[in-house]
Amino acid sequence: MPRLSYAAPTSVPDAIKLLAGAAGLAKVMSGGTDLLVQLRSGRTSPELIVDTKKIPGIVGIRETESGFVIGAATSGAEIGEHAGLCAAYPGIVEATNLIGSTQVQGRASLAGNLCNASPAADSVPAVIASRGVAIVVGPNGQRSVPVEQIVTAPGRTSLAKGEFILEFHLPKPKAHQSDAYLRFIPRTEMDIAVVGCGVSVTLDDNGVCIDARVVLGAVAPTQVVVEAGAKALIGSKLDEAALAALDAAARAACNPINDKRGTIDFRVKVAGVMARRTAAIAFERAGAR
Amino acid sequence: MNFVANKSDLKVVGTRPVRPDGMDKVTGKAQFGADLTLAGTLVGKIKRSPHAHARIVAIDTSKALAIPGVKSVITAADIPDIPSEEAFVGEGPTNFRDQSLNCIARDKVLYEGHAVAAVAATSSAIADAALAAIEVTYEVLPHVIDVEAAMAEDAPILFEGMITQGVDPKPTKASNIVKKVAFGHGDWQAGMAEADVVVEGKYDTAAVHQAYIEPHACIASVNPDGQTTIFASSQGQFMIRQYTAKILGMDIADIRVTPAEIGGGFGGKTIVYIEPLAVAMSRQAGRPVKIVMTRDEVFRASGPTSGGTIEVKIGAKKDGTITGAYAMVKLQAGAFPGSPVAPACMCAFAMYDLKNVMAEGYDVVSNRAKVAAYRAPGAPISTFAVESVMDELAIKLGMDPIDLRMKNAAKQGTKASYGPVFPVIGFEEVLEAAKAHPHWTAPLGPNQGRGVATGFWFNIGGESSASVFVNEDGSVSVVSGSPDIGGSRASMAMMAAEVLGIPYEKVRPIIGDTAQIGITGVTGGSRVTFATGMATTQAAERAVDELKKRAAMIWDISPDAVDWKDGEAVPAGANAGGFDPLPLAAIALKAAKTGGPINAEVSINAQGAGAAFGAHIADVEVDPETGFVKILRYTAVQDVGRAIHPSYVEGQIQGGATQGIGWALNEEYIYDKNGRMDNAGFLDYRVPVASDLPMIEAVLVEVPNPRHPFGVRGVGEVPIIPPMAAIGNAIKAATGMRLVSLPMSPPKVRAAFDAAKG
Ligand SMILES: Cc1cc2nc3c(=O)[nH]c(=O)nc-3n(C[C@H](O)[C@H](O)[C@H](O)COP(=O)(O)OP(=O)(O)OC[C@H]3O[C@@H](n4cnc5c(N)ncnc54)[C@H](O)[C@@H]3O)c2cc1C
Repeated sequence: MPRLSYAAPTSVPDAIKLLAGAAGLAKVMSGGTDLLVQLRSGRTSPELIVDTKKIPGIVGIRETESGFVIGAATSGAEIGEHAGLCAAYPGIVEATNLIGSTQVQGRASLAGNLCNASPAADSVPAVIASRGVAIVVGPNGQRSVPVEQIVTAPGRTSLAKGEFILEFHLPKPKAHQSDAYLRFIPRTEMDIAVVGCGVSVTLDDNGVCIDARVVLGAVAPTQVVVEAGAKALIGSKLDEAALAALDAAARAACNPINDKRGTIDFRVKVAGVMARRTAAIAFERAGAR
Repeated sequence: MNFVANKSDLKVVGTRPVRPDGMDKVTGKAQFGADLTLAGTLVGKIKRSPHAHARIVAIDTSKALAIPGVKSVITAADIPDIPSEEAFVGEGPTNFRDQSLNCIARDKVLYEGHAVAAVAATSSAIADAALAAIEVTYEVLPHVIDVEAAMAEDAPILFEGMITQGVDPKPTKASNIVKKVAFGHGDWQAGMAEADVVVEGKYDTAAVHQAYIEPHACIASVNPDGQTTIFASSQGQFMIRQYTAKILGMDIADIRVTPAEIGGGFGGKTIVYIEPLAVAMSRQAGRPVKIVMTRDEVFRASGPTSGGTIEVKIGAKKDGTITGAYAMVKLQAGAFPGSPVAPACMCAFAMYDLKNVMAEGYDVVSNRAKVAAYRAPGAPISTFAVESVMDELAIKLGMDPIDLRMKNAAKQGTKASYGPVFPVIGFEEVLEAAKAHPHWTAPLGPNQGRGVATGFWFNIGGESSASVFVNEDGSVSVVSGSPDIGGSRASMAMMAAEVLGIPYEKVRPIIGDTAQIGITGVTGGSRVTFATGMATTQAAERAVDELKKRAAMIWDISPDAVDWKDGEAVPAGANAGGFDPLPLAAIALKAAKTGGPINAEVSINAQGAGAAFGAHIADVEVDPETGFVKILRYTAVQDVGRAIHPSYVEGQIQGGATQGIGWALNEEYIYDKNGRMDNAGFLDYRVPVASDLPMIEAVLVEVPNPRHPFGVRGVGEVPIIPPMAAIGNAIKAATGMRLVSLPMSPPKVRAAFDAAKG
């Protein structure tokens, strides 16, 4: 009969030792809203679960000189209640708060959403759009990794054996910088993104875009940073031409599959629509700051 | 009891008391199918086919049996190979052999998820290991999923001996077409010739699941002497008993079935899947066996309802008078005969008073899970097409769609398209109420549209039993044989209280097991408040007769000289004598001295069910860029006969409309190229969530059914019939596009926009 062990270490070194020392599959657990579901359905059968939530600092949000530090296992509910973060990164907060339901929000974390490595993860495009950085710890020490470099393929990450994410860093937002996230789902909640889009923009004092990031989810094996989409926005006040160029760039960046959640044609078209609508919200927010 | 025509004569019926089962349900104490565990209970699990169609070459269970903790492993070889036998159990015609083969495959698997073996073990993990250790050798066969593909000349054949019934001349070659049905009168083709305008269209609908929240679950325990008890969640304890006895070759008297609380059924719990297997394994193991399906199993292996294609043609005069109507309905039966094609054809045009009408249909097997009843089986499918075509007709004639329906509405004396002549019905009253409702004329914004559609359902009567026990303190117990799905405990208690003239709170309703109450048909067909309500009412009347007799005895006068008024015996008139009223409690207290306990039991086959009609109005907003359809406002008008407990009637209407909205917008069975279901879970099988819906306004029209003492018609099924067309018609109004394929999901709506642009 298969056996499953559970450990809840209280320090980073202990957690690394457990993960690196496991003979078979060892899984990190934050909220468990992906992991436990997969365990029950038989999609994963680890021999060891390492629950990180007892590690000091891994749950919670700190505002520092240079920006925000969000503990890897901080729940969506806590993120949604942090006034400073809500003001600085409304797009990341709204993306995170879209995950699941009130019950799921009590547990679901950014690290879990990222490391589950689903192309449809809601918080990930938003975090990438705002240039979030993951602090990865492991047997070989600590490294800073831009969030877009964590997921390599559906269900796969660039983390090595024994490594896990300790926290996320977000820079202090500049003047007239803001972000937004929208997803398309066939229902109104409790669903999985057919297309997700995170946009971050920085405007000058005249409302002209001087910096932008456009990131799509669910339209390719991993999240896609749409460079041409950012180019379409930079230098514009989001006029019709910029919107049309953004729409075209977003569609061109898609590499989706036909599946039960949507056809290729539908996903591509809706990616353009979502990019336009998300950019409009980000512009409005940035202008108001 | 005489029909109570006057609502003001009613004291309890029509009020909204708290439901007797509410406390158990909100505190989590209610015992659903999976909640009972007996000492020594084993975990039962089922091994299922990964193939849509395959011959079973061999099953080797030896490795599974060798695992410590495995107490029973069964295959079809462990249950009798019963002959084909037609029967009427549950909610429709059935065949015991098909039911047996659906519970566990013999020779051939006919759909992915078809059971091939079952195990009972001391733990869930051991049962899983045993399932994995069972080796099944298959010879995979070509499969067919869709209905028209299954009807094709060269389609893979599921049953070598299946010769289509109902066609002349009788075919000589086997096919997947079980039978052809036809309902109608007049000459529909001549009707088309008379028409000024003819509208036609071909529509299709997807298979959809009842999606009850509680998966099928049961526990069975067999004694060495064969005495068997089953505790199971179902729509009918007697149905479980009958099927289990037949499938296992047992005496009915050896099986006692206790109905668990039921977490939804909608028709899907009117047949058995797991109970015979649990009994067969308990018999082998000598211990109780519990089987609880997973959601995945519920989707893959329990009944959805059919998808199908429907062609409709309607011809009318310029003034809207319909001169001819025709429908061809082809429905998926799943892996065994028995799609609801007959009711689909019978209901298609039943809303209308037609001279020339014909609805024909085919029942077609394919490699999908066997369909089971689902709320108004068949009617929503054909009605989607008919009511969409009616909308097109209204547009073409430039007529208000409610006026067009009113012009052709069925009424008392109309010969229904399926044969009988309608007695008192309330379709015109429903249409009037819909037209008068403020929703019909409320303003709309851009990208918004409004649609209306109607629906018909027979409602049924049938076998029901109820008893009334007058307790020594004057409180009353009411036992019936109908599992309570929609609030029927409350309705039974209310009807008994009304007859007895006592407060509702003095009556406690319970549901009896198969050994405690007479045979009662399933809770289905919208029959319980009508039929079991009639049995309850009659039992309460008999109790009143007995109470009057006892009062007469106490007063030493003739029973004829006693009247029953407001829960008390009173002298019938001045001649009877000057006695003080004797309340029920006073008579009950003296029961031992006047002849013993006061009880009454009634078993009937209720006749005179009242047909019902509904009209739904839906407002939608369509996002032209994403194809997302938002339901803005929804009003469901229905003739309910008379609402015993209006809140539960409204609940039925809201629930039915909600399921119809899911059917319209997102629900569908999706198969991969190997014939395996691709969305067997609630993430990708999308039922509506609360935030998808506006408050659904239920408007109760009461045209009482004179064949029921309180005027009850059934209410549970009508509300799922109109939503698909109402929403399709609203989308048409919002966008100018006619969607002909369910579900009208965002990718389909967006594709329609793209196609319209060219
Ligand atoms: C009902 C329901 C609804 C949902 N709805 C949505 C939705 O709308 N949108 C959406 O995007 N997701 C949704 N999800 C999925 C899930 O809730 C999210 O992905 C959530 O963010 C996962 O976080 P978690 O902390 O629970 O992760 P866990 O389950 O703890 O972990 C998920 C994965 O990440 C790994 N992991 C966890 N923490 C770390 C770490 N610190 N370092 C390295 N690896 C780690 C785990 O090993 C595991 O592989 C839903 C889930 C459920 C059950």
